Amino acid sequence: MPEGPAPAPVTQRLRVRYTKRGRLRFTSHRDISRAVERAVRRAGIPVAFSAGFTPHPKISYTGAAATGVASEAEYLEIGLTEPRDPARVRAELDAALPPGLDVVDVVALPAGTGKSTALADRLQASEWRVRLDGVAESDAATAVSVFLDAGAVEVERLTKKGRRRFDVRAAVSALELAAERAQDADRRGTEATDAPCAILRMVVRHTTPAVRPDDILTGLRQVADLAPPSPPLVTRLAQGPLDERTGVLADPLDPDRETATSSGDEAGAVDGPALPRSGDAVGVDAVSARS
Amino acid sequence: MSVESIFPRLEPLLPSVQKPIQYVGGELNSQVKDWDAATVRWALMYPDAYEVGLPNQGVQILYEILNEREGVLAERTYAVWPDMEQVMRDNALPQFTVDSHRPVGAFDVFGVSFSTELGYTNLLTALDLAGIPLEAADRTGDHPIVLAGGHAAFNPEPIADFLDAAVLGDGEEIALAITEVIREWKDEGEPGGRDGVLLRLAETGGVYVPKFYDVEYLPDGRIKRVAPNRPGVPWRVEKHTVMDLDQWPYPKKPLVPLAETVHERFSVEIFRGCTRGCRFCQAGMITRPVRERSITTIGAMVDEGIRQTGFTEVGLLSLSSADHSEIAEVAKGLGDRYEGTHTSLSLPSTRVDAFNITLANEFSRNGRRSGLTFAPEGGSERMRKVINKMVSEDDLIRTVTTAYENGWRQVKLYFMCGLPTETDEDVLEIAGMAKRVIKAGREATGRKDIRCTVSIGGFVPKPHTPFQWAGQTDHETVDRRLRLLKDELRSDKEYGRAIGLRYHDGQPSVIEGLLSRGDRRVGKVIRAVWEDGGRFDGWSEHFSYERWTNAAAKALDGEPVDVDWYTLRDRDEVEVLPWDHLDAGLDREWLWQDWQDAVDETEVEDCRWTPCYDCGVCPTMDTEIQIGPTGKRLLPLSVV
Repeated sequence: MPEGPAPAPVTQRLRVRYTKRGRLRFTSHRDISRAVERAVRRAGIPVAFSAGFTPHPKISYTGAAATGVASEAEYLEIGLTEPRDPARVRAELDAALPPGLDVVDVVALPAGTGKSTALADRLQASEWRVRLDGVAESDAATAVSVFLDAGAVEVERLTKKGRRRFDVRAAVSALELAAERAQDADRRGTEATDAPCAILRMVVRHTTPAVRPDDILTGLRQVADLAPPSPPLVTRLAQGPLDERTGVLADPLDPDRETATSSGDEAGAVDGPALPRSGDAVGVDAVSARS
Repeated sequence: MSVESIFPRLEPLLPSVQKPIQYVGGELNSQVKDWDAATVRWALMYPDAYEVGLPNQGVQILYEILNEREGVLAERTYAVWPDMEQVMRDNALPQFTVDSHRPVGAFDVFGVSFSTELGYTNLLTALDLAGIPLEAADRTGDHPIVLAGGHAAFNPEPIADFLDAAVLGDGEEIALAITEVIREWKDEGEPGGRDGVLLRLAETGGVYVPKFYDVEYLPDGRIKRVAPNRPGVPWRVEKHTVMDLDQWPYPKKPLVPLAETVHERFSVEIFRGCTRGCRFCQAGMITRPVRERSITTIGAMVDEGIRQTGFTEVGLLSLSSADHSEIAEVAKGLGDRYEGTHTSLSLPSTRVDAFNITLANEFSRNGRRSGLTFAPEGGSERMRKVINKMVSEDDLIRTVTTAYENGWRQVKLYFMCGLPTETDEDVLEIAGMAKRVIKAGREATGRKDIRCTVSIGGFVPKPHTPFQWAGQTDHETVDRRLRLLKDELRSDKEYGRAIGLRYHDGQPSVIEGLLSRGDRRVGKVIRAVWEDGGRFDGWSEHFSYERWTNAAAKALDGEPVDVDWYTLRDRDEVEVLPWDHLDAGLDREWLWQDWQDAVDETEVEDCRWTPCYDCGVCPTMDTEIQIGPTGKRLLPLSVV
């Protein structure tokens, strides 16, 4: 058995925020990880590999959105064998990925950053946008207020551990009708603009079992008979630390950016995310549709 | 006529189907050309699921070559899974291309590449979803020309009723030639309508148009004759052979899917054709002569392909890759070039030969080490003489011993069951060979964890091979021999547990045999199976032997033929075979002689290294063997 040299060690860790837009929302987590590995190679980014019989590139993912769910805020961490300018990695990785998997922010961790700063710990909640075609705004508004007034809303779902019943109300920090309806770029261009459509915005804490936007919709159906006629279009707008007082999500990469800047590590000093901040109205559905 | 994308109607439905990513397109290196700027538009189909079809080299090559041409556009479509088919029927969505999601029915040519006959029912699903009449006779000028290619197209008779045309052999040049004929015909205002363009294609002698040929039968069911039914249509249609592969270095920009597919690698054909002369091998017979791609072109293609795709594995494809005249230099050159980059090379289809272990070491030094597979094909020396697979058991033992000494712990051996003249003893000798392999491995390494997997496929006689006259072994016999083999391996205390056995039951091979050597009457069977819900016959979870035999019994009722007649029957020399008017270049008398030699256990050498034995291909097709060595070397590249 040929024994290769020990793999080159990780000298820099980068945290990457990327999106899953347009038709790319149909990618599964595995699809994305293959696409990222190939893009890293095409872009010539010096990724580190694990040791062993089947070496794997050191790329790890945190809390990936489900197949079919679009996202403006997915995160991965990548270990490099040589330091690279994060801004350059952002541009090169973005160019190497298919349109829709867009890299919007890259931050370098200062050397010596340990496990205590695990990104997963910072991703305390997600902000979601849920578009319900064929649902009147007034019906959605009524359902939302009934839901919020309830002390608990129990739903049932098949989890990995079998069928489970759990409360979804407690995980909801915010739930409201989005105000973006008027300016919403209509993704199904041929539809009449006065077709009923309600857009919900919600902030949901990451709990166990995970409460997904789908579970909230199940809850809305249970408490108020809200039944969308077609599958909802769900987009994750942001994830990060949740300020329980204001209900606002912070950028989970900001702490790394601050440490990097204060420690004078030039490679870590980059601009903020090249993307609208959470809560801004964005016509994300129309992006990158090529047909 | 502007043709709209169906994607807006499709997208809301995608969350309800399995693996929706396979229907959205957008693969790296895919392209969408301006519909209105193109005169000739091709929809290319691989008639299996996306995960199998996307990596197909033939489709990728044609896609790229056609799209490179001004005024020509090519898009891709694949067989949709049954859940998607239902969604499409419920919502009146047509078969669509994944590139721009345009309806297949709006294209000029619907080109379908058949690697195997088991895609025939999927063709019917696609035609039906596309709104194209199943029978060619019912189509009008509004419908695409339905064109078949691929190895199965060397006998397209079972699907002749559903095809407008078929082409044999390499697709690069003929696809462009067909494009030009259609372009001219359209520019002239489509004279003669649909038959007008089909006649122009048929007159070239390089495109088979089934409806311009009549088949007459004898009372006993055999074919009396196949003859053209209008002036200008030639008696025989010739296969196409691309000479000088260095002039056709495709794919240059291989498609990289988002969805997971069966081959996650960049593949380069290092040569086409094979003259080893294995008598069961249709590919080896119909792709002659051997044409090598030069070491320098291979090197350039690999370099470009890796950069364009980001794949970590490079497959050097051919029918017997270690036979390339400069394979050692290719392996060494690529191994040096990709040192330390986690790029592995794979060499499918290698022969049993100690030299290949050296190669395999070279190939795995930069990446993951996959298993080693060898294909003795026949368990006994006698059987291997019949099939002309000239490998001795001692060769094999030497080879695997070297493999084990070099660190491999597992080898896979591939065999066939149901070969002509085969006896129970021939099959049981597989067990003896596997045991010797384990014994040799243990002795060479002093270890106990040596393993060997024996994988067995059912033999199906194919058109244009010496075995085209042979009766197929019935599935009961195949199953019985496999049971004997299994018992023999199981009962061995010393080696049995180190040997794995993989095989399938014999029934699917019977249907493959029916479709391989069938004639136009089999079309009714295919249609009946499809109407009864038959789909994805290459997938064991979808295939139903009963459905096929029931459909055949009904569809062939009143005919003097049945499934056994098509499969189990020995043919004699003078019988008109359904594909006799389709010319692969092989001299029929030579083929018959090779069949007689098989029965006599007489071997034939490879004409690359010994004098020509007059198989007929080179003079008939005006082609020649193109092999190295070129004496050139690969230069190391600075890998970014």
